[in-house]
Amino acid sequence: MKNLHSKAFRRRAGQLLATASVVAAALAFANAASAQTLTIESWRNDDADVWNTKIIPAFNKKHPNIKVQFKADPPTEYNAALNARLAGGTAGDLITCRPFDASLDLFKKGNLASVNDVKGIENFSDVAKSAWSTDDGKTTFCMPMASVIHGFVYNKEIFDELKLTPPKTVAEFHAVLDKIKTDGKYTPIAMGTADQWEAATMGFQNIGVNYWKGEEGRKALIEGKQKFTDKPYVDAFKELASWASYMGDGYKSQKYPDTQNLFTLGRAAIYPAGSWDVPIFRKQADFEFDAFAPPVVNAGDKCYISDHTDIAIGINAKSKNVEAAKTFLSWVASPEFAEIYANELPGFFPLSKAKVDVKDPVAAKFVGWRGTCESSIRNSYQILSRGTPNLENELWNVSAQVVNGSMKPEEAAKKAQDGLASWYEPHKK
Amino acid sequence: MTDLTASHVQSTDVVPARSRFPIHIVVFLAPALAIYTLFSIYPLVDTIRLSLYTGDETGARSFVGLQNFSTLLTDPNWSGQFWNAFTNNLIFFAIHMVVQNGIGLGLAMLLSLPRLTGGSVYRTLIFLPTMLSVVIIGFIWQLMLNPLWGIAPSLLKAVGLGSLFGPWLGQESTALLTVSLISVWQFVGIPMMLIYAALLNIPDDLLDAATVDGAGPFSVFWFVRLPLILPTLGVVSILTFVANFNAFDLIYAIKGALAGPNFSTDILGTFFYRTFFGFQLQVGSPTMGAAVATAMLVIILIGVLIYLFGVQRRLQRHTF
Repeated sequence: MKNLHSKAFRRRAGQLLATASVVAAALAFANAASAQTLTIESWRNDDADVWNTKIIPAFNKKHPNIKVQFKADPPTEYNAALNARLAGGTAGDLITCRPFDASLDLFKKGNLASVNDVKGIENFSDVAKSAWSTDDGKTTFCMPMASVIHGFVYNKEIFDELKLTPPKTVAEFHAVLDKIKTDGKYTPIAMGTADQWEAATMGFQNIGVNYWKGEEGRKALIEGKQKFTDKPYVDAFKELASWASYMGDGYKSQKYPDTQNLFTLGRAAIYPAGSWDVPIFRKQADFEFDAFAPPVVNAGDKCYISDHTDIAIGINAKSKNVEAAKTFLSWVASPEFAEIYANELPGFFPLSKAKVDVKDPVAAKFVGWRGTCESSIRNSYQILSRGTPNLENELWNVSAQVVNGSMKPEEAAKKAQDGLASWYEPHKK
Repeated sequence: MTDLTASHVQSTDVVPARSRFPIHIVVFLAPALAIYTLFSIYPLVDTIRLSLYTGDETGARSFVGLQNFSTLLTDPNWSGQFWNAFTNNLIFFAIHMVVQNGIGLGLAMLLSLPRLTGGSVYRTLIFLPTMLSVVIIGFIWQLMLNPLWGIAPSLLKAVGLGSLFGPWLGQESTALLTVSLISVWQFVGIPMMLIYAALLNIPDDLLDAATVDGAGPFSVFWFVRLPLILPTLGVVSILTFVANFNAFDLIYAIKGALAGPNFSTDILGTFFYRTFFGFQLQVGSPTMGAAVATAMLVIILIGVLIYLFGVQRRLQRHTF
């Protein structure tokens, strides 16, 4: 019986195999070009798991004959490593795009192909595409994937214990900080300046949008109508400087992982956050946490958030599998991808117009601010970081110094402005 | 007589063969020369060539002569960073010369004490960090000096000196010194071993003779041992110089390529990295980077030449 069974099975398997091989042989001609392996270059080594177990399998359900390989470098090494590989001709087919000039530079050097004709690009607004388009907006060279939003994450248990409510204005914010400080059990703000970018990104850019009114200020800066020495920017630096007395012991040599640990261990009450921290906190914190938007200066002011276009994906112009790469990009533009990405990596918010349900409540809160506040991107990213000295580097430097107390807010503003004025025409007057 | 002529005839037979091109020398030299040329000389020459070019945004390169160097030295945006990195590098080197080589010498003296027990254990332990990866060293020291959960603040507090602790790696005034000392800690084993080997080479009768002549331990060290190990100290110095002006990894591991706070830990290596590879939004410039690399080469070359002609020629080597 058993034998018979297995014989039948074997025969059927044999038939199946024969048919399969005939079909395969027939398809081989047609498919010779499309049964390919695509390699993705990325700096998101933290997300390798999600790509390998969720995103790529979901893609393969629809496109089984395109194999996709996810290859990531550490974020700080990505640009250098990618450039080296592009120069050597060994880079992958799909290239994860940094926003603005780093990718624009790749496009101008002919390393990235235009994606104007890729199906799905129409799912994105001009703002979403702006980070990966030429200055005239005519050519887009990467398919936008996600943005990150800044705000503040707070430890709900500490807030409950000290009977605090999430602040809406800067004055309330300081009242909350003072209360936590007087209580003395917890560090009011978890932030360090050793890595410098924390002060600039989680600090200056996070709260700054409320001072320079988001896109209005950002565009005025690019057009040369506003200067860093103007009141909004100096005020943002002043507010940032005031945080120093609320930060942990030795914050000057506190690095980003220290900051994260300080918060997830329940030793700090408020964490100036990027939304990408949410999934990490979800895993590590064993207390309830929630988020509030950057406080506005006066009650009733319009609120702004830094909703920064952060990540996109483009095609290596020298790829041998351009058609397959386009297929993948179209899929990245689909609502299906947006849904997976938003929920597997809460904190990275899809940029496509498709409505996506974010299930993580804190991440949902971050993305909810898009409805109540005006979105803007970091002001140093578009055009302004093209010269020497590099504005983004300068902002890291002066923001950290302002918090360290080694530079006054006015001096920081002046240094950023002087640097910009030394090469950027609209600011030279 | 017959013998003589015979040998004479023989040698005339052989001479033409010998005067032919000595192919075996070429064969023996070839592997080393080929590898050295391919991986060392060619990249070096090509770097210098690249430093004379500039690239536009499409990646096309054009010859500009020495313009990159004039930018590097005269444009305040570049020269400020360059000289800052150079000064920091000098301080970095000075700390290594004084502390690393000083302690190395001291340790070598202690190790060469005749009645020392467990000498090889100390030797191994002190040399061990040299073999560890810089990333590990950087990580361990950052952890130890961490103001939040480091062992350094708690140790100081335990002995009542808690107020002495500061976030040393994060302060502009102390960061470079701290990073230098971490590097010293890692590499102190190398001068120690070299000097130790030199000390062992000094014959005992010289030391005995000095002692018999009435020299105390200090005089023996100052007038007998030190002069005899001077050539080794010279080699140690030049090794330190070259290694320090090529240093990059430890600073990159601890402070990142922006070498904060306020570029206080920026040395030529990190400055080169930022220029060549770019950083965050700063797009890297291979040609400008090559100019920085060439400037580093020149600096190291000048240092080595000063040593060769100013120091090494005056050193007397003693053979026993």
